[in-house]
This record gives sequence, structure tokens and C-alpha cells, in this order.
Amino acid sequence: MLKINNLHASVEDKAILRGINLEVKAGEVHAIMGPNGSGKSTLASVIAGKDEYEVTEGEILLENENIDELAPEERAHKGIFLSFQYPVEIPGVSVTNFMKTAINATRKANGLPDMPANEMLKMIREKSEMLEIDRKFLSRSLNEGFSGGEKKRNEIFQMAMLEPKLAILDETDSGLDIDALRIVAKGVNKLRSKDNAVIVITHYQRLLDHIVPDFVHVLFEGRIVKSGGKELAHELEEKGYDWIKEEVNA
Amino acid sequence: MTKYTEDDLREELKTKEYEYGFYTDIESDTFPIGLNEDVVRAISLKKEEPQWMTDWRLEAFRAWEKMIEPEWANVKYVKPDFQSISYYSAPNTKPKYDSLDEVDPELLETFKKLGISLDEQKALAGVAMDVVIDSVSVATTFKKTLNEKGIIFCSMSEAIKEYPELVRKYIGTVVPQKDNFYAALNSAVFSDGSFCYIPKGVRCPMELSTYFRINQANTGQFERTLVVADEGSYVSYLEGCTAPSRDENQLHAAVVELIAMDDAEIKYSTVQNWYPGNSEGKGGVFNFVTKRGLCEKNAKISWTQVETGSAITWKYPSCILKGDNSVGEFYSIAVTNNFQQADTGTKMIHLGKNTKSTIISKGISAGKSQNSYRGLVQISARAENARNFSQCDSLLMGNDCGAHTFPYIEVKNKSSIIEHEATTSKIGEDQIFYCNQRGIDTEKAIALIVNGFSKEVLNKLPMEFAVEAQKLLEISLEGSVG
Ligand SMILES: Nc1ncnc2c1ncn2[C@@H]1O[C@H](COP(=O)(O)OP(=O)(O)OP(=O)(O)O)[C@@H](O)[C@H]1O
Ligand SMILES: [Mg+2]
Repeated sequence: MLKINNLHASVEDKAILRGINLEVKAGEVHAIMGPNGSGKSTLASVIAGKDEYEVTEGEILLENENIDELAPEERAHKGIFLSFQYPVEIPGVSVTNFMKTAINATRKANGLPDMPANEMLKMIREKSEMLEIDRKFLSRSLNEGFSGGEKKRNEIFQMAMLEPKLAILDETDSGLDIDALRIVAKGVNKLRSKDNAVIVITHYQRLLDHIVPDFVHVLFEGRIVKSGGKELAHELEEKGYDWIKEEVNA
Repeated sequence: MTKYTEDDLREELKTKEYEYGFYTDIESDTFPIGLNEDVVRAISLKKEEPQWMTDWRLEAFRAWEKMIEPEWANVKYVKPDFQSISYYSAPNTKPKYDSLDEVDPELLETFKKLGISLDEQKALAGVAMDVVIDSVSVATTFKKTLNEKGIIFCSMSEAIKEYPELVRKYIGTVVPQKDNFYAALNSAVFSDGSFCYIPKGVRCPMELSTYFRINQANTGQFERTLVVADEGSYVSYLEGCTAPSRDENQLHAAVVELIAMDDAEIKYSTVQNWYPGNSEGKGGVFNFVTKRGLCEKNAKISWTQVETGSAITWKYPSCILKGDNSVGEFYSIAVTNNFQQADTGTKMIHLGKNTKSTIISKGISAGKSQNSYRGLVQISARAENARNFSQCDSLLMGNDCGAHTFPYIEVKNKSSIIEHEATTSKIGEDQIFYCNQRGIDTEKAIALIVNGFSKEVLNKLPMEFAVEAQKLLEISLEGSVG
């Protein structure tokens, strides 16, 4: 599904990603952990195609196609979804209207007609029920005045609506209360199938209790310095990052 | 990786011509350029007006001659040479038509290009059209339904002939001939416009709508609109326009007068899309408009406007809240792009007791444009318990444009409550990336963000107008990535 080879990226001549190699196959869940500032969000943004970051070396392949040249919306049309660490507010645009615009833009790009209104409404009902979102919430302005947890749940609602091939969740667990965490995890697990893949960026094991990863990677100073199974996350939770830093510096 | 940058986008859009930039060649009957008393008399004669009307025009002309063009607005332009403008132009196809089949096919073609074909409009239930092309009404529809209710909706020329006593009684009572430079000019040479009278207690069953167009090279447009809502009546009036693109500056100095008698309500909505000039700032319409409404007891006037066009806009739809408990509202979206300059706003003059006014102004500036809000809230000594709420929001796209707010507040009665809020924001890269990430391209993202920003005002427009207004916002902001 996703293959990243020797990816280097920088912002304003400052190198942030310094040789990332990562392969995510369909059906897999990968967790990316790592200390603050190690480049996790940057990696997510670069995969999503954010302009600000310049790819100086390496390549990103989605289903064997190099996506370096693609605009962010084209990547989205191909099924890349990013749940933002800090979702932005768009005043005056309701969640529903935003979703409708997004879904129809993607359908149009893929040669499909607009989704009929009744189908859209049905889908909205289904997904909002699954994520236990009050429907009144959906007529509010996107992210405006949403609590931290509400923003994150709303990101997952959007993911559920867009049904992406590759979902990247950037610290979706931060700000969620215990119940919300379970609900959000349920939503993510619902999306999991043999055709989809999920990358979960997180600092904590507790999310990984609900969304069990096949692989765990540690990102440090712009490189993946350690990879392992789900037990690696437990180890990190217990011991922190110092031992890894030592390994790297050794 | 080669990125499609904002610069690429800008470049691409510069080459896009004004969407509605075409010109219809209808044979027309145009006066030679220049203005003097004889021209004023000739206009009046041409329109077969009664003597009082001719005198009224002359009085205005003599006043105008002594006036100087105002300079206080925050706009810069080469002043029009009033002697190089032709002051009268009428399509040759004089007789009014009973059916669309009789209308000049080229004209119908024009409407089709605009997406407002009369066919469509006729079908659009509830919308009566009084189409003004180059100053003379060419087609009028839905007259019958209106007749049955005693509603008068016709061209100003027709009103002067058919209802002289009504016109004479009200014209110039809200915007006097000598009110200001442009109003005086308009009073002297106005070509045509619309007249509307709603009798006592009548609720106008449909939106009354007029499409103005400027269609003849070098023909200044001087429309005059008068809407009178008698006691307890209600009317919603829509005014919209587009213009063909061209190089010379075109002057437009309209006057709109609204009179809402006791317990009456007038809603006046405008969607304005005149040619703004090209991306270098050349050409475009100069729009100097005087719009004012008078509210008697318990009356209400709402101005709603979406201004996307014109090279220069100078426009302050105002309410004189003369009667006790009267209400004035102003909802405005003003978009400027490229080299456009807009100085718009409102005046709320509180004279009566318990009068209330609301001002919601949304300014959107892109390119190298300048967008100014200028608002006056005046509370007179006898306006006990007057209230005003003003909110002025500005949205900037890019670093080369400007937004300015000039609120003036004059209070002579201590019991009044006045609130003013103002915000300025910028469309952020992050907002756009967020939309992009969800599959929405940048143009669409901007349209979405702008629509969200303008929502409070768009919501005030009648449905079919709101849809059109949204389209206009999109068109006028193409290529203005922030
Ligand atoms: N636009 C930018 N301009 C300058 N520096 C940036 C920019 N984006 C990221 N950085 C820097 O790159 C480094 C990596 O940032 P990134 O947000 O990817 O970290 P992270 O691993 O997601 O951290 P956290 O766990 O705190 O979310 C940081 O030092 C950050 O300050
Ligand atoms: Mg981060």
C-alpha cells in the first residue's frame, strides 16, 4: 500500500526527516512513536503533501505509484486521510456542509456523480451513531468552539465518512476521555479491513490497547531507529526513550 | 517535486477573462456626448415627460453645476470627464412585448449567457421581472398578478406618465435633488429605473426583481428607483446586475429611494457584479450610488447587498428611522479583488423613540484591492432608547490588499445603547491545507471559507438570490489564494 524509501524532507533549509524507510501493507496497522519534535507530524504532513515541506531526497509510493508530484487533494482522492493533531477551525462552514463538499469533490475526481442527498444523510446518520456524535453537533461550524476531544472525534467522523485506504491518525488520542477513546478506537477498527491500512501516531500505550498494531516504530531525530511488534510499545511505556537514544548514539 | 504554486495559479487566472465579458450589439439610439441644460431638456422631451418633471431635472442640473465631486472616500481614481459621456441611450426596439417571442433574439441570447434567461425567470415561480437594458424597460412580466393586488411595478418613465401624482409626491423626498454630487447628477439626467407602489395593507406575493445592465459603450447609467410601501404593506425587492467587459470606464450613479410608511416593511436586496476592470486595473465600472430609505412609525427597512463588481464602489445604503419603533437593517458583503476599490457602508439615522438598527458588514479583500467600511450611527436628541448593533468583519487574502473600518458614532441621547464589534482575519494556509487534505481543491476551499465567513449575510437573501450570490463570490475570488 504505502512504501517510503529514504525520505528526506526539510523546512526552510532545516532538515527534519532524514532518511525514513517504511512499508505499510494493506490490512496492517502501524504505530509510530517517538519523543516530541522527532518528526512524526512532519512525516504525516509530507505523506499528505503539505507544500511547506520540501522533499529533498527519496520517494513515497502509494500502491506502487510515486505520489511526489501530486497535490494534497489528489492524494486525498487516492485515499489518503490525515486526522490532524491540531484540526483547524473554519467558521460558518458546518460539519455536514464540509463533509458533503469533501465527499463530492473526491467522487468527482474519481469520475462519480454527486452522492444523492438521501444516501449522504443515511451515511451521516450511520457514522454519527457509531461514533456517538449528537447530530446537532454536525450543524455547528467546523471545529469552531469544539473542545479538544470533540475535535478529535470529529476527525474520526470525517475518516469514517470518507472511508480512506490509508488513514494516518496523528495523536488522535490526546484530549480524549476514557469513553471517547474507546468509541474512537471502535470507529477506527470498523474501518480496518484487508484492503485498508492505518498509521497511528501516539505517545501512549492506552490507544494501542484498543487499536492493536501489527508493527511499532520509533522515530527519533527524523529517522526510524527501531521497529518491532506491539510489545515494543509496552517496553517504551515502561522505560521511556532514553535507552533508545543511547542505542542510537552508541 | 514540481509544485503547483500560488504564483502558477495566479498566472493562470490572470488569463481568464471576465466570465460575463461579452457585448450585445443591439442597435441603439444614443445621444451625442456632453451635458448642458439643452441635453437635460432633450432627455425629458425624448421621454415625453410633463413640464414639472423637466423643471425638476433642470433644478437638479443647476445645483449640480455648482457642486464639486466629493473626495472624502478612501478611493483613488481618475475623475470621469462628465462632458465626454453620452447621457441617453435606448434600445431601438421600443415597443413593449407581450411575449418573449417578440424580444430581440440577441437580447435573449445575452440572458442565456448570463444564465438568467427570461424563459427560466418566468418559470421561476414568484419572481416578476422588470428588465432594464440600457435604461429602458424592455420586458415586463407578472404584471397581471400584481395588478390584481393593486401593486404598481413598472419603469420610472412609465410611472411618470401613468402615475404622475404618485411620482411627484414622493420623488426626491428621501434623496433630495441636491443631496450630493452624484444624486444631483442623477436627478438631472436619470434615464429610467423602476417604480414600485404597494397599497395599504397589501403583502406583495412575490419577490420583485430587476436586472440592470450597462450595455452601450460610453453611456453613463443613471437609474432612478422609487419604492413606496404604504401603511402596513410588505415588499421584497431584488436588484441584480452584470455588465459586459470593456476598456473605457463606465460611470454609474444610481439613486434608490425607499419609503416605508407606518407598519410597512421593505426588504431591498442587491447582488452587484459589474465589470471590475481587468487584472491590471484597467477598465471597470465606477459605481457611485445613493440609496436611502425612510421609515415611518413601526416600519422596517432591510438593505442586503452582495457587492462583487465595479472598479470603484461608493455606496452607503442608509435608513432614516423617523418613526418611533422603526427598524433599520444593513447586511453587506463587499468583495474586492485585483485593483478594485470599495468604500461602502451605511448610515443609520435614529430620529424616533425606540428605534433599532443592526449593521452586519463583511468585507473580503484579495489581490491589490482596498476595501473600506464606513458607517455612521447617529442618535438624535429625541431618540429615546435607541439601539444599534454593528459588526464589521474583514477577511484578507494575501498581503497586498487592505481592509479599513471607519465607524462614526454621534450620540445626542444618553438612553441609547450602541455596540460595535470588529474583527479582521486572514485565510490561513492551514485552513486551505486542511480542506485540500479532505479532497477539496484550493479554489473550492477558498469559496467554502468565504461562504462560511459571509453566511450571516447570505442567509438574509431570498433563496434563489443566495445561490446566485454564492456563485458570484466564487467567480470574483478566483485566483486569490491567501
Ligand atoms: N513549519 C515548520 N517550521 C519550522 N520548524 C518546523 C516546522 N514544522 C516542524 N518543524 C520542526 O520540526 C521538528 C519536528 O516537528 P514535528 O511536529 O514533526 O514533531 P512531532 O514528532 O510531531 O512532535 P510532537 O510529539 O510534539 O507532536 C520540530 O523541531 C519542529 O519544531
Ligand atoms: Mg506531532
